[in-house]
Amino acid sequence: MALERLSIENVPSTHRVYAALFRDVSNSAFLQEQLLSRNPEFEYAFLDASSIISRIHLLAAIFNAINTQTNDALKTPNVHSEVVLSLSPSNNISEAYRRWGVTPDKTKGLIAVKIVVTAEEEEEITAKKVWEHLSQHVQGTPIPLSDEELSKATDWPKVKKYYKLNGVPVLDKFKDEDLKKKQMQNLILMGMAVRGL
Amino acid sequence: MTTNPSQTSTKRPPSPSILNTSPKKSKPSSPQTMTADTPPTASSFPLPKILTNPSSTPPLLITQGAESRLYKSTYLTPSTPCALKYRPPKPWRHATLDSRLRKARTTAEAKVLEKCHRQGVPVPAVYGMDITQGWMAIEWIDGIPVRVAINSHLNNPQQNDESGIKNLLKQIGEAIGNLHKIGIIHGDLTTSNMMLNPENQVILIDFGLAAQSQSDEDRAVDLYVLERAFMSTHPRAEKEFGLVLEAYAQTFKKGKSVLTKLEDVRMRGRKKSMIG
Repeated sequence: MALERLSIENVPSTHRVYAALFRDVSNSAFLQEQLLSRNPEFEYAFLDASSIISRIHLLAAIFNAINTQTNDALKTPNVHSEVVLSLSPSNNISEAYRRWGVTPDKTKGLIAVKIVVTAEEEEEITAKKVWEHLSQHVQGTPIPLSDEELSKATDWPKVKKYYKLNGVPVLDKFKDEDLKKKQMQNLILMGMAVRGL
Repeated sequence: MTTNPSQTSTKRPPSPSILNTSPKKSKPSSPQTMTADTPPTASSFPLPKILTNPSSTPPLLITQGAESRLYKSTYLTPSTPCALKYRPPKPWRHATLDSRLRKARTTAEAKVLEKCHRQGVPVPAVYGMDITQGWMAIEWIDGIPVRVAINSHLNNPQQNDESGIKNLLKQIGEAIGNLHKIGIIHGDLTTSNMMLNPENQVILIDFGLAAQSQSDEDRAVDLYVLERAFMSTHPRAEKEFGLVLEAYAQTFKKGKSVLTKLEDVRMRGRKKSMIG
């Protein structure tokens, strides 16, 4: 099973987070349609993997969304759409959906996130149900949700544009690629954290 | 109007016996601003809601200031330590005023850190924040406060070559020069509000009193506050402080006029108008 239970520090014990990564997804239009029509069976955050650079990046978005939910301060219909918004450094919701959400035909790499709140059933049953439903409806190849696979899918020019990382002075200081990536990740997390201030 | 009494310049220098034991410490766990007999721990105060959630390591209270508490925690994964700065509600203030002040101050601090970080001034990164609850999670800086580093240089001159302390002071001047260059005033420069990380890089911390300003007056006062703090914390290194100003002027081209202004400030003190 390619569905992973994500454990995130300082997230309330009432929340369980599951995620899976797919590549070569062929039915992104269908998936987006389910979200737009608010199909209750499709309570997921579907993210475009090319806009995500790492697991930390993904975890930060989920963490922020759950925190917003526990504050009763959601700006979008539910915690799943809030994950998409919390990836954005701006408050423009439709832009966030376009940039980080699933987009018809364009999305090939897809991250599906499922946040279950106060589930009464056994952990295993929830995971199994989620995975059955996902694997049935997402037409694509499930792969491990690893930093390696995520970085393969990343479209850096796009990410740099979205997070305004072009021509940032601090990035010129680093020659080493790994350190540079770390810096960019920090800048991305900061952009998400100070969104709309 | 701020309630933060971080007048570190009036603090007495710590006694050398304490300092001899501290250089080996890797964490800045020494509660610098505390005077109580027993230092408070994480259980001394109600935790911010976010830290009551499950995490791999229990939160650790690092220090307590007038308007905020600093905890060590983890961010997202067990291997990412973070510092969580929490401004608790003050029940004696009107609730609306209280929440506005906490929001405004947390926001201002995060904005300043973000600006510094993008411009390459060495400060901790902001990982996440919640202005409603009043916390901000920032990058955990390993290492020792510059105050401790300077004192250990002074205590072991034979071990540490001259260039060690000189390099340190130069880095301080450069960091402040770069900070002022991008239009930010720290507001509480002391050698305790700077960390020396394991890569021997000086990182500026605690921007709780920071402000955005381009005026030479504000910049000069910023330097004056550091000078006063430095003289009382490190009286034995008094003569070396010139190195900080030298590096400052070299890094920040407009720094010359700030140093001229500093002369005036030295003559009259921190406040220009004698009101308030």
